[in-house]
Amino acid sequence: MSDGEKRFEAENVACIRGERPVFSGLSFSLATGGGLILRGPNGSGKSSLLRILAGFLKPVGGNLGWNDVDPQEAPEIHRARTHYVGHMEAIKPTLTVNEHLAFWARAKGFKRPADNILQALDLDPLADVPGRFLSAGQKRRLSLTRLLATPADLWLLDEPSVTLDVQSTARLEDMLAAHRASGGMAIVATHADIALPGAEVIDMAGYRIAIDTLLGAPQKAAGGPTAAGEPDYGEW
Amino acid sequence: MVTAFFNLVGRDLRLALRGGIGSLVAMVFFVIAATLFPLGVGPESALLERIAPGVLWVCALLATMLSLGRMFQDDYDDGSLEVIALGPLPLEMVVLAKILAHWLTTGLPLIIAAPALAILLNMSTQGFAVLIISLLLGTPILSLIGSVGAALTVGLKRDGVLISLLVLPLYVPVLIFAVGAVEGAIFGLGAQANLLILAGGFLFFLVLTPWASAAALRMALE
Repeated sequence: MSDGEKRFEAENVACIRGERPVFSGLSFSLATGGGLILRGPNGSGKSSLLRILAGFLKPVGGNLGWNDVDPQEAPEIHRARTHYVGHMEAIKPTLTVNEHLAFWARAKGFKRPADNILQALDLDPLADVPGRFLSAGQKRRLSLTRLLATPADLWLLDEPSVTLDVQSTARLEDMLAAHRASGGMAIVATHADIALPGAEVIDMAGYRIAIDTLLGAPQKAAGGPTAAGEPDYGEW
Repeated sequence: MVTAFFNLVGRDLRLALRGGIGSLVAMVFFVIAATLFPLGVGPESALLERIAPGVLWVCALLATMLSLGRMFQDDYDDGSLEVIALGPLPLEMVVLAKILAHWLTTGLPLIIAAPALAILLNMSTQGFAVLIISLLLGTPILSLIGSVGAALTVGLKRDGVLISLLVLPLYVPVLIFAVGAVEGAIFGLGAQANLLILAGGFLFFLVLTPWASAAALRMALE
């Protein structure tokens, strides 16, 4: 992990998916060791925000900045410092646990994964088990060990505790605490209670209404989509 | 970057080896389709000799097309593509690694099976060397062009027909020049011109298609 003070900021970020406004006016600022929890009902844009922060999706408005540099201007550097664990586990049925770790480490440009990381999520008895024999919770834990396999400043986690049992969730919290203690940042979208001491909490629902009213008025005047943002297909 | 590139190729080869018969579907199709021709058109050796280069190339082309759907689909469905896309390897190089792995698991087995099928179809021995060379130049082009179709349809279910419609028009020139080369060698007209066009086409698509496929994958990753 690179030393020195870090700052990851978003300012007035807006997102539109498939002509449907999702959120707008979202801002946050994370410092070294910072944590951010995203809450909100389904479809409120938690995953979209994480995809924007990972660089998969471009925001339709607003700015991102890492130490005042827009990640879009240096995507390779942003990719190198980011770990993203989404809904999908990225696990192949025919590869073993150890082979997954080796692949993920090399895919990040490292020669081999860090040592002794399977213990962190209690996966060491399964090191040589192929992916197809893993249970849903074990797959999730294997997916999370990707965070430990190679160092990265920014962890973006989308519902990381889904299918995890109580002990594993506690282990995940330990991982997050250690990561932040060593200067990393974590942004976690979750419905569950994941302890992230001192983390800022953003309720995505609060950023939704803004854009509906913003886009509703002119569109209504033009006779196009209605104020709710639903396209008007007319009578069939 | 080199580590990440060969990491990806190596993983795809390992997945193909462990995938059993499923990974050899293109070669199996190639062998079955080519062996059906003598049964269908009759065992007349002169006729088979005449159509052998065309039959072999059409079967190779269809076999490749059959395998395109899986080029990015599995990695997209299980989220591996997201992991790979967050690595240091630019998406263009990711695509190139996937194409190389695709060719090694589809194109190369076709080339290995081709001589036996050429004998089965009573192809003139003068054409054998050029047949192999045309396959060595032509099947990588099929993988390169196919990557664009596979990347464009990656988010769709049941994309087989759409891929075929997208890539088939671009496959036709490969077919024409490759068969032209083999027949040129058999009839003593020389194969050099056709092979050079294939070689030029290979370089052209090598430069162009990874860029197009990466752009399509970027859209799919949104």
